[in-house]
Amino acid sequence: MVNFLIGFSAALLGALGMGGGSVLLVYLTAFAGVEQLTAQGINLMFFFPVAIIALIFHCRNKLVQFKIAAFTIIGGIGGVFLGKWLAEFLGNGLLRKAFAVGLLLLGIHEIFTKTKND
Amino acid sequence: MKLKSMATGILVGILNGLFGAGGGMVAVPLLRNNGLEDRQAHATSIAVILPLSLVSVFLYLQSGHMQLDDIFPFLPGGILGAAAGGLLLNKIPVKWLRRIFGILIIYAAIRLLRG
Repeated sequence: MVNFLIGFSAALLGALGMGGGSVLLVYLTAFAGVEQLTAQGINLMFFFPVAIIALIFHCRNKLVQFKIAAFTIIGGIGGVFLGKWLAEFLGNGLLRKAFAVGLLLLGIHEIFTKTKND
Repeated sequence: MKLKSMATGILVGILNGLFGAGGGMVAVPLLRNNGLEDRQAHATSIAVILPLSLVSVFLYLQSGHMQLDDIFPFLPGGILGAAAGGLLLNKIPVKWLRRIFGILIIYAAIRLLRG
């Protein structure tokens, strides 16, 4: 039941593009006692089915901007290799603290930024 | 537009490989900066993160950090949640989308810093 609820809320927020990643990741590391790098790997795999289902809806609603997405992906693939290397370099403990600080900054930014077009 | 998008991609990719999450959270505000509306940014971020996660998953599996069947317990809830999110994105007021998102990640950060 816990797994169902965590899966549901992580996927719901993930499909909304609202950081669903943090739900499963925080659960795995803070409650289920999974190591940071393993939790991150599970989190990445979990995102697949969620993203595919969500994109079917978002494409139908014409919300996906493919041209911008394509260029972002090209830059992104290089970034992934760099990020993965850095993750192994930092190790489980430091990685977790770094993630927390990043989340905190972004959360503050989201709450205090003005909304466009709505 | 091309260079700005690629720069966004590099940053999002680093985060995806580094944290296995959080790429999307950074992609949304950056895509908005690159001219997308809120809902477009949220939807497009998913289209960007999907292929990047594929590369990350491959690298993480190669390092032996997890196995494919580790996600099975979370899949039933995950599939339903994804469909619910897909239906809801066009209907949720953006102001609330922003606030819920912000509060959620601050809460996550505090948990991680204390843990």
